[in-house]
Amino acid sequence: MTTASAYMSVEQMIPILVSTLVAATPLIYAALGELVVERSGVLNLGVEGMMLIGALAAFAVGVSSGTLLLGYLAAMAAAALLSLVFAFLTLTLQANQVATGLALTLFGIGLSAFVGRHFAGLPIHAMRPLVIPWLSELPGVGALFRLDLLVYGSIVLYLAVDWFLRRTRAGLLLRAVGESPTVAHSLGHPVIRIRYLAVMFGGATSGIAGAYLSTALTPMWVEGMSAGRGWIALALVVFATWKPLRVLLGAYLFGAVTVLQLYAQGFGLNVPSEMLSMLPYAATIVVLVIICRDPTTIRLNQPASLGKSFHPDA
Amino acid sequence: MIESVSGTGPRLVLRGIVKRYPTIVANDGIDLTVGVGEIHAVLGENGAGKSTLMKIVYGLTRPDEGSIEWEGRPVAISSPAAARQLGIGMVFQHFSLFETLTVTENISLALDAEIEPAALASCIRDVSRRYGLPVEPHRLVHGMSVGERQRVEIVRCLLQSPRLLIMDEPTSVLTPQSVLKLFETLRRLAGEGVSILYISHKLDEIRALCDVATVLRGGKVSGTVQPRSETKDSLARLMVGSEIEPCQLRPRQPGPVRLELTGLSMASEDPFGTSLQAIDLRVREGEIVGIAGVSGNGQAELLAALSGELQVADRGQIRICGQAAGNLGPAQRRELGLTFVPEERLGRGAVPAMSLAHNAVLTGAHFGMVRGGLVRNGAAREFARATIAEFQVRGGDERSAAENLSGGNLQKFIVGRETKLAPKVMLVAQPTWGVDVGAAQMIRQALLDLRDRGVALLVVSEELDELFMICDRIAVLARGRLSPPVSTAELTLESVGALMSGGANDAPADDASPGPGGREAKARLDV
Amino acid sequence: MSEWPLRLEKRPRPSALMRIAAPSIAVAAMLVTGFIAFALLGKNPLSALYIYFVAPVDSLYGIGELLLKATPLLLCALGLALGFTANVWNIGAEGQFTLGAITGGGVALFWGPALGPFALPAALLAGALGGMAWAAIPALLRTRFHTSEILVSLMLVYISQLLLAWLVRSPWRDPLGFNFPQSKVFDDNLSLPVLFAGARANIAFPIALCLAALSWFFSARTFAGYRMRVAGLAPAAAAYAGFGEKRNIWLALTLSGAMAGLAGICEVTGPIGRLQPSISPGYGFAAIIVAFVGRLHPAGIVLSSLLMSLLYLGGESVQLELQLPAAVTGLFQGTLLFYLLAADLFVGYRLRRRHRDSLAEADPSGTETVRPPA
Repeated sequence: MTTASAYMSVEQMIPILVSTLVAATPLIYAALGELVVERSGVLNLGVEGMMLIGALAAFAVGVSSGTLLLGYLAAMAAAALLSLVFAFLTLTLQANQVATGLALTLFGIGLSAFVGRHFAGLPIHAMRPLVIPWLSELPGVGALFRLDLLVYGSIVLYLAVDWFLRRTRAGLLLRAVGESPTVAHSLGHPVIRIRYLAVMFGGATSGIAGAYLSTALTPMWVEGMSAGRGWIALALVVFATWKPLRVLLGAYLFGAVTVLQLYAQGFGLNVPSEMLSMLPYAATIVVLVIICRDPTTIRLNQPASLGKSFHPDA
Repeated sequence: MIESVSGTGPRLVLRGIVKRYPTIVANDGIDLTVGVGEIHAVLGENGAGKSTLMKIVYGLTRPDEGSIEWEGRPVAISSPAAARQLGIGMVFQHFSLFETLTVTENISLALDAEIEPAALASCIRDVSRRYGLPVEPHRLVHGMSVGERQRVEIVRCLLQSPRLLIMDEPTSVLTPQSVLKLFETLRRLAGEGVSILYISHKLDEIRALCDVATVLRGGKVSGTVQPRSETKDSLARLMVGSEIEPCQLRPRQPGPVRLELTGLSMASEDPFGTSLQAIDLRVREGEIVGIAGVSGNGQAELLAALSGELQVADRGQIRICGQAAGNLGPAQRRELGLTFVPEERLGRGAVPAMSLAHNAVLTGAHFGMVRGGLVRNGAAREFARATIAEFQVRGGDERSAAENLSGGNLQKFIVGRETKLAPKVMLVAQPTWGVDVGAAQMIRQALLDLRDRGVALLVVSEELDELFMICDRIAVLARGRLSPPVSTAELTLESVGALMSGGANDAPADDASPGPGGREAKARLDV
Repeated sequence: MSEWPLRLEKRPRPSALMRIAAPSIAVAAMLVTGFIAFALLGKNPLSALYIYFVAPVDSLYGIGELLLKATPLLLCALGLALGFTANVWNIGAEGQFTLGAITGGGVALFWGPALGPFALPAALLAGALGGMAWAAIPALLRTRFHTSEILVSLMLVYISQLLLAWLVRSPWRDPLGFNFPQSKVFDDNLSLPVLFAGARANIAFPIALCLAALSWFFSARTFAGYRMRVAGLAPAAAAYAGFGEKRNIWLALTLSGAMAGLAGICEVTGPIGRLQPSISPGYGFAAIIVAFVGRLHPAGIVLSSLLMSLLYLGGESVQLELQLPAAVTGLFQGTLLFYLLAADLFVGYRLRRRHRDSLAEADPSGTETVRPPA
């Protein structure tokens, strides 16, 4: 961005910045939710599937009822319900978390495609921006204050998650469970219940992320429209070394990559569009390599019980 | 002490406690009465049912039958929170602390009420000062020594002013000096009227500390005695049910050096690990060298460096039978004549879900069980059958999965397997950890037999008594440094303890007062 | 759960019977769910199930289609299963499949005429190598930089699909193809011979069966296969024994990549006959389910690939006959895997009636374990 900025005026920069914030928003919701899930020691690879279900639920309910709020509630409920299936299989029935998460994604793709066939091609009224008085009338930067509610909400969610994990006893307990469910259990804490709640929180935020795709980012329903964003959100959590602030920054980085790819052709770059579309995926691989290169970073930050089954009666 | 607070009824009465698991009856009609201010030992060997009984008292598990009376009224203890409500606290054998959290955070998670962190920190300081248990509230647990961790656990219990404190094998990880310190604290608590349930299998400690002992054997009470008026032998008989023959360490002139470490240094890859610093050691043919010390002082790292699971850059720092081996992997070192019995039996020394025959292939590949890239199942079965017969492995045959064997029998199989691979050098970690007395005896004898056949053995163990029993020489590993090995005959428990606390543990030097230990060291535990 | 009249009890040892029975239970549960779902959609459930599961295979042509669609699933799943047994999670078979189609297809397009009778074997080999190279990327990143092979292999799926889309839109587009984004049709010497007249199934199926036998031999008899099983069941034991982790990761990923690549080139030299943007209805992902339902065992995978193939055919069949979307296939696939994972519980646990006088509840000492896949 910095090198490019030399050739851009502020008027050109602001729209890019706005698009970046918007493109990052679904990633923030999905990744912050998954971060909470992983901090409790559970690895849910089903984010992509839950996002699709959320996208469809929001679109379907939004179109049918004409109220986006209902659509968002439906998205949260539907994705949380799907995550409940995951929680039941992995936490109560002790199924392998990796396999169950994959199943969740495959199931979510299938279910959303199946139910969504009636909704393909229908129009929807996209979410209206929240215009902040006075600030939004500023020249140039005013555009930053005419974004939709969910963009601001993503920052509020970051603040809330950060405060929860660092400042509350419940957050402390969640981290403790993620580090050692055995110890938490021996102190009498309800490990399984805590993990259930964490998984369902992650489900609900994935639902919001999906809903944002189908009602704000590209207001329509298309089969498989999340296009790997759920997986990128999973990668973001690793990239962020399980820290909320770095999730936020990582999401903006990815947002910027996505947006630059769209603007690149406008700058007269003669690169095939497919190559540019590869950028977010290639960038994901690159940042993963950068973060994981030093195993100590991961070992110091990754919740110690991540991905392992825990059974209180063994 | 007891007299001063007696007169009221007993604090805790257990009647006819039964707890069944799918494969075993862990507690079979256990009665137990603990008085006010009484230090009550629960004694028994591994698998006798001590831990299950304590989990019942602490509400971690519920009995199938039987009743619990607390200060005169019947209670059902449904959870640890309920136990804490009654006034029961527990210090676990494997500490229940979260590594990445601070002391204050750890303690707050065990309290049922939420307390401001600052207020809690000052409470912690108060209690730690009052009982002489120095603890720094803001430190992270992962940098702490075992002794410090135990103090955190005890302070955590004391903050809730318990009337019954359960201590599960509290000294298994402490240096002799820290043990004395712990006893002081416990006596003081008892003097204030706190009842203490003290779980242990160490007879000397129980005789030194406890007022009453309930001895468990095979899930039943085999006797309730006053340990001070018992001898070690009579207690051991109650615990084991038969006489145990002591091992014989026959004098023997060791041969040439088989395993040689010269300035072995290795930075730990694990941020929570210990780096090894310039370790020198020679193990000769026909001798057993013991490495004492509290786990977490570099034991895991040293064993990994020796077995080849971790490799050192300077290959000359490790020589096996004269060959530089520092850069070789485990399989290559095995071909030089090294075998290894690891501490973790299930999951490291053996694959839980695989048959014993397939577990033989794990380390026996170069021993005719793999040819031309193919596994020779017949040879593996033959080898496993022979090992089972020779080392009296019970409870399964060569087709049984490793996870279906008891700890002792699996350990016999692993020791047998590594023995039958014709080692010239053998590493053994915690040879009898969690193993019943009979199997422990047989395993120690097997190690001594290997020594007498001219194998060089290096044994890493937390059980000092065991090292004194089977080792020719003993060295101490503390904070990644190894003391020069000294002939066992010239050592006492105190001198080893001093070496252990010299670097690793935090017992201050003034703590090393001459206790009852001189006598004990020479007594050499027979069990 | 404590209120239920039944309670779960850990079996003293895992049930071998349940290990085999669980997939059948899962299939039965899937059929029951299908029955209910069709009824809710207002279709006659019995005839809908007939249309889904029987009608597609009541002719020789139908059987041929069954084998045709089972082939890529079987090839991909065999490779994935090798990795899954060793705790190596390649979930990018779809990408390796695409790369195999690209490299093999490239050989077919540019050297097809020149190579004559060797063109087909050369294309197949190039396809397998392409898939292998694509899978080598996550292997390299995992062994060198500790990067999760799950995420990397998945990202490479999207990249490979975009690569294919670009190739057929631009450099490899058929100049006489009315600007459709597709390559020209491969020459005749490049199409896989069909198995029997009147059907589309080709010799790739028997090749896949041979590979299934080989892969059984590999995991059951060779030391390399043994090392991979140990790595999956007990990673610490593998380290203790000195079975290098890196070797297993490379082996698992390159073998599964080669198999997926082979599946890809077989698909384009078989039923498709050219390169085009979309060459797979998600075979690479469905193969994950195939591998699990087949218990990661080659014999089981042969059966489950046929079952999964039937799910695809049934989806097309209900689309034609009942005007239901083909996406119903994905629904059945996901449901099947869920039921299987749930049924797996009974391998390690059994249901017992709760004793009225029993106080038993949550038991002692929690333990943590990494469970081997399924």
